[in-house]
Amino acid sequence: MPQIFHRSTNTLSKLSIFGAVFILVVFVWVLMQINRSEYVTQANVVRVQPVQFSHEHHVNGLGIDCRYCHTTVEESSFAGIPPTKTCMNCHSQIWANSPYLEPVRESWRTGRAIQWTRVHNLADFVYFNHSIHVNKGIGCVTCHGRVDQMPLTWQQKSLQMEWCLECHRQPERFIRPREYVFSMDWQPPADQIALGQKLVREYNIPDVAFLTSCSTCHR
Amino acid sequence: MRNQKLKGQKSKIEIRFWKKILYGFSGPLKNRWLFTPFLLLFTFLTVGCRQDMAEQPRYDPLEASTFFADGQSARPLPPGTVARGYLREDTELYTGKSGKDFTNTFPFPVTRTVLERGQERYNIFCSPCHDRTGSGNGMIVRRGYTPPPSFHQDRLREAPVGYFFDVITNGFGAMPDYAAQIPPRDRWAIVAYIRALQLSQHATLEDVPAEERAKLSR
Ligand code: HEC
Ligand code: HEC
Ligand code: HEC
Ligand code: HEC
Ligand code: HEC
Ligand code: HEC
Repeated sequence: MPQIFHRSTNTLSKLSIFGAVFILVVFVWVLMQINRSEYVTQANVVRVQPVQFSHEHHVNGLGIDCRYCHTTVEESSFAGIPPTKTCMNCHSQIWANSPYLEPVRESWRTGRAIQWTRVHNLADFVYFNHSIHVNKGIGCVTCHGRVDQMPLTWQQKSLQMEWCLECHRQPERFIRPREYVFSMDWQPPADQIALGQKLVREYNIPDVAFLTSCSTCHR
Repeated sequence: MRNQKLKGQKSKIEIRFWKKILYGFSGPLKNRWLFTPFLLLFTFLTVGCRQDMAEQPRYDPLEASTFFADGQSARPLPPGTVARGYLREDTELYTGKSGKDFTNTFPFPVTRTVLERGQERYNIFCSPCHDRTGSGNGMIVRRGYTPPPSFHQDRLREAPVGYFFDVITNGFGAMPDYAAQIPPRDRWAIVAYIRALQLSQHATLEDVPAEERAKLSR
């Protein structure tokens, strides 16, 4: 019986086995990259808001502290979005006739809340708490980026589990002295790891086994 | 002849094939070679379709609601409700008044921690208008807000502490109230810090401890 395939196809068939493995690996890699992409995580995507509220103007331009508006960030899991009254503290007089602020004034007149579009939204099966992070020396800027340079707010980090774990495994890389938590331009010193290890001890931060235990975040 | 197939009868090969598949699920454990891949396939085909765990049927804080007429999931308190721990019996602490007059004593001792807390809260909430020294030339005022009076004028230096508490709680003229943003104890801490600011602008050399004076006159 004559051979159907020429001898050289042996190499080809061996190659194709390798090829199949390769294609599979690439396929999985592509899936992982898609899952990490901004299309899925919605990071760096600016949301349309009912009012063109600019952190850049209010935080950088006017020097207002985060806690003036996000009043519960130190005591509660939820940072808090300011009610219309907080805007009216200043905008009863400042830019009081500007069309930009009409939705704020309308909300003030009618008592109906302004409907902001959520920027960050963790899945409901994850437990997150601001107060513990803020009180243990994790700065807003570590998780939210340079909010003071955002004309409209966007999400800077992926908020995926790997991102949380990156820090929970090595908090000393990101921790800062408590008095700089709200500072937007604090730069880590050259010996950040040494400083970090000192602060981790000082602030009684639990060990990595606890911080990376599933039930810490999925409770 | 042996492998010839009669109508309606399965060939031996076919039977062996199906037997093998069945065996793959049901035989002794080490022979269940099909079980794992099948389970994997089943899992892959059925996961990730619904987001019920990511969007559970409960409200996040401040989430919009289609159920209530005003569109808010957070409900306003019916008038007269007092939450646990919020019965404001201590009128001095919560109004700054004893009887009809403003009190001139603090409802709790002013320590260094209280003053530091007051400084922090003052810089957050008051400095945009009153500026960090209390002279009334904050950033918002420079952008056109009504200029507030300086804290260092005699009228305000002599005002009782309860008066400051009242201004923060209820507002005054063009000044908005801060009752919603600052809890009562923090308001007192701010008042204590304003007192410290007022002292700082009217201090004399005699107020400085003797051993520190030399440093200043240098
Ligand atoms: C003048 C009030 C004000 C100040 C001061 C302020 N914010 Fe905001 N912030 C808002 C409002 C209003 C929104 C909702 C609209 C939006 O997302 O832009 C918001 C939204 C945000 C969000 C996104 C929330 C979401 O929807 O997920 C983050 C993060 C945030 N602020 C961080 C900060 C940080 C950090 C600071 C301090 C550097 C700060 N903010 C200071 C008013 C303020
Ligand atoms: C502490 C005072 C203060 C508060 C509180 C405040 N603003 Fe402003 N806002 C200002 C000032 C001052 C300007 C003018 C900015 C400038 O001249 O650079 C301004 C400008 C604006 C503008 C005009 C566009 C821009 O960014 O320049 C918008 C819109 C606005 N604010 C929305 C809001 C909203 C919404 C809130 C409530 C969450 C709010 N502001 C709270 C002081 C305030
Ligand atoms: C450890 C990381 C981390 C730090 C530090 C942090 N945030 Fe957040 N922030 C988040 C995450 C994650 C969310 C999304 C929470 C959710 O969807 O439930 C969020 C949401 C918010 C929101 C939207 C409202 C809410 O609570 O869901 C605001 C406003 C906000 N952050 C402000 C701040 C401010 C101001 C600071 C600094 C004092 C700060 N954050 C520090 C991670 C952080
Ligand atoms: C930049 C660092 C950092 C990031 C990012 C971070 N965390 Fe944390 N987190 C910490 C530190 C440090 C602690 C320890 C605080 C303590 O308990 O002393 C902590 C504690 C916690 C706790 C509380 C543990 C307890 O005490 O019960 C939860 C829950 C948590 N983190 C969830 C999250 C989630 C969810 C994310 C991601 C969305 C996240 N964290 C991202 C640093 C971080
Ligand atoms: C530091 C906090 C944290 C810890 C610890 C943690 N997770 Fe998560 N996990 C998250 C966050 C945040 C998400 C949401 C990711 C997203 O939405 O992309 C998540 C998502 C998940 C998901 C769903 C993934 C998806 O795409 O829907 C699974 C499954 C999961 N975690 C399992 C675990 C297991 C198992 C452990 C313990 C080994 C664990 N997690 C520990 C924060 C954590
Ligand atoms: C939005 C700007 C603004 C902020 C923020 C602000 N104030 Fe004022 N404040 C004013 C103005 C304007 C006046 C003058 C009111 C008038 O005479 O009509 C004033 C007046 C006062 C007075 C004097 C009342 C009198 O008898 O003349 C006191 C006391 C005072 N403020 C305390 C505070 C404290 C404490 C805070 C911080 C919790 C604060 N203010 C924050 C604008 C502000």
